[in-house]
Amino acid sequence: MTKPPAIKEGTVRVQPDSWNTLRRFTPARIGLGRAGGSIPTSELLNFQLAHARARDAVHHSFDIAAFTEKLRAKEIDCLALSSAAGDRQAFIQRPDQGRILDDESTSLLQERECVQPWDVVFVIADGLSAMAVERHALPILEMTRVHLAREDWRIAPCCVVRQGRVAIGDEIGALLQAQLSVVLIGERPGLSSPDSLGAYLTWNPLPGRSNAERNCVSNIRPEGLSYAAAAFKLLHLMRQARARKLSGIELKEDAPLPAPEELRKLFPKENQG
Amino acid sequence: MAGYSCTVGAQLYRFSDLKTLLAKATPARSGDRLAGLSADSEEERVAAQMALADAPLRSFLNEALVPYESDEVTRLIVDSHDEAALAPVAQLTVGEFRDWLLDYATDTATLFALAPGITPEMAAAVSKIMRIQDMVLVAGKCRVTASFRNTLGLEERLSTRLQPNHPTDDPKGIAASILDGLMYGCGDAVIGINPATDNVDQAVRLMSMLDEIIQTYNIPIQSCVLTHVTNTMQAIERGAPVDLVFQSVAGTETANTSFGINLDVLVEANQAARGLDRGTVGHNVMYFETGQGSALSANSHHGVDQQTCEARAYGVARAFSPLLVNSVVGFIGPEYLDGREIIRAGIEDHFCGKLLGLPMGGDICYTNHADANQDDMDTLLTLLGTAGCNFIMGVPGADDVMLNYQSTSFHDALYLRQLLGLKPAPEFETWLAQAGIVENGTRLSNVAPGHPLLSLVQR
Repeated sequence: MTKPPAIKEGTVRVQPDSWNTLRRFTPARIGLGRAGGSIPTSELLNFQLAHARARDAVHHSFDIAAFTEKLRAKEIDCLALSSAAGDRQAFIQRPDQGRILDDESTSLLQERECVQPWDVVFVIADGLSAMAVERHALPILEMTRVHLAREDWRIAPCCVVRQGRVAIGDEIGALLQAQLSVVLIGERPGLSSPDSLGAYLTWNPLPGRSNAERNCVSNIRPEGLSYAAAAFKLLHLMRQARARKLSGIELKEDAPLPAPEELRKLFPKENQG
Repeated sequence: MAGYSCTVGAQLYRFSDLKTLLAKATPARSGDRLAGLSADSEEERVAAQMALADAPLRSFLNEALVPYESDEVTRLIVDSHDEAALAPVAQLTVGEFRDWLLDYATDTATLFALAPGITPEMAAAVSKIMRIQDMVLVAGKCRVTASFRNTLGLEERLSTRLQPNHPTDDPKGIAASILDGLMYGCGDAVIGINPATDNVDQAVRLMSMLDEIIQTYNIPIQSCVLTHVTNTMQAIERGAPVDLVFQSVAGTETANTSFGINLDVLVEANQAARGLDRGTVGHNVMYFETGQGSALSANSHHGVDQQTCEARAYGVARAFSPLLVNSVVGFIGPEYLDGREIIRAGIEDHFCGKLLGLPMGGDICYTNHADANQDDMDTLLTLLGTAGCNFIMGVPGADDVMLNYQSTSFHDALYLRQLLGLKPAPEFETWLAQAGIVENGTRLSNVAPGHPLLSLVQR
C-alpha cells in the first residue's frame, strides 16, 4: 500500500490562474483559480452573494409615483398605468397578464381623444428589474427626445407601467394610435448586472405582434452600452423604421457607432437626466 | 374519433384526442398550466399516463397533433418517416415501448438503427411515462456522433461549448474569456459567441477574430457566432469564415415564423455553409438551440404540451444532420419551468433528442427570476453526465455577463470529467496534451508562466 502524499498543515491548496490580471478586460468571471479542478471557496461565496443580490433585484418593486414625479419635473407629459398582473408573483408566473393593461388603465387610454396619430409612444415598464428603469430610463428618454423634437416627431404622452412586459407596448400603441412604440424596460437581472435596461421598438404596434417584428437595443447601463451609444442606436432604428414603415428582422441595426467625441457632441452631458 | 379513456377506481377519464392525452399525461410544468393544457388533478395525470401507455405507437402516424395541411413541421415529420426502421417496435404500445427500450437486448446498435423510425411525438409520449432513471439509462445506451474539425459524442467523452460572451463584444474581453476556457480544457464542441450587437458587420468581425485564433494556435475546434440565420447567410456572401450556422428552432411552423425562419431558409443556409467546405474531419455544419416553452411564448403551441412541442423541434433539427443541438432548458423562465421542473425537462430533452438520433448537448441553466439555484444545476449536470450528454456549456464562473443567466462553468466541466472519467473530443485532447494544459485527459496541469497561449489576448 502506497502512502498518501502528505498535506502540510496550513498549506493553501488553491492554484491561482496566472492570467487573472486579464479581468481588467471583462466583467466575466475569469481567472478564478481552482482547488483541484473546482471553484475555490472565496469565489464560490462571491457567486452566492451576487445571486442573492440578483434575486433581491427581481423582487424590488417599482416606485411608479416617484418616477412619474421625476418625469413631470422635467415637463414630460406622462400617464401611470398598470398591467393585469396584480403583484410581483403574478407578474413572474403569468407573462400573459404582464402583456395586457388592467381595466382601469385601458379606460384611461381609451378616454383620451386622439386628434391625429402620434409618431411614437415611449412606454416605460419595470419588467424584471425596476432598478434598471429607475436608474437609466429617464436619461435615455431625454437624450432621445431632444433629437426627435428637432425632427418634428409627434411624441405621445409617456406611458409608465407597473408589472409590464415588452408586449404591453403593443396594446398601448394601438390604443393611442401611435405609429411606433418604444418600450424601455428592465431586463432580467444578471449576476453582475442587476440594473440592465432594454429598448424594444415596434412599428405599427398592435396586440399579437411577434418578437420577429421588433428590434432591440440591449444591455443599456454605464458598465454595458453607454447612454449615448444606446440613444444613437435607438434613434437610428427609429428613423429607419419610420422611413421604411417596418420593424423587426428586415430592419438591421447596422449603423456604425461614431467616434466617442462625435457621440459626446450628439448627446451632450446636460441632456443626461 | 373514439378518443382515449382510462378507468381509475370508479372514475372514468376521457381524452378527446391524442394531443389532449399527451398534454394531460405530461409531468407537471408551469408552462402547460399557463397554456391551460395540464391535467386538472394528479389522478387525472396518472389516468392519462395509463391511457397513453395503452396507446399503440402507430397512433402517432395516424393522427397528427398539428394539421399536416397547415404546418410544415408536421409535413417534415410525416414525409421523412422511415417505416422500415420502425419495424422492431411497430406493433408495440407506448408502455411496451418503454419496456423494450429498457431491455438488456436493446443496445446501442439497435437504438441507432431505430432512430429514423421514431417520430418526435413517439419519443415525447414514451418519455412521459418514464422516470428520470429510465431516461438516463436509455439515453446512455444511445450514441450519436457528429464531426467538423473534431469528433463529438464518442463514448466516455464530454465536450464543451466555450461561451466567451461580453456585454459590448469587446475583442479583448472576448479573447480573455476564450483564453480562460482553453486553459481549463474547454471549447471542443465550439467556441460560440452570442453577440451583444446583432448585425452582419459585427458578426463578420467576430467570425474573423475566432477564425484567426483557431488558425494561429492550430486548435482542432470550430467557431460560431450565434446570430440569426439570415445574418450568417449574408456573412457567407461577404466571404466571412463561417464554420457553423446557428439558429433557434421550434416545433411548429408558426413558432418558427415568429423566429423569422422556415425550413427553406434552413436548407439554403445548410447548403451555403457546407459549400464552404471548412470542416476537416466531417461536414456537420448546423448548430441548433431549442427550449421547452418557445412555442407557447410565440402563441403557437396549437394545444400541444411544451415537451411534445420541444420534441418536434428536434424533428426540425434532425433534417439537417447538425453538429450540435442543445436545449437551453432553464433560460426561458419560471413561467415555463421552476427549479425542479428544469431538472426533469433537461433529462427529457436529452433523452428525446438522443432517441431521435441527434447529437444532444444541454445548456444547464437558470435565470435569476426562477426559483432555482446552483444545487439544482449540479443535480442536472451530474445526471446529464451519467446519461452521456454530448456537450455542455462552459461559461466563465457560470455567469454569462451578456445574456444575464447562469449556465455551467469550466470548473463544472472539470468536475464532471474528473468524477466520471470523461475526456474531451480526441483531437482536442491531443492538442491540450501537446499544449501542456491537461494531463491524463481529465486533470489540469499547472501551466508555466510564459505559456504561448497567454499571448492570445495581447495580440
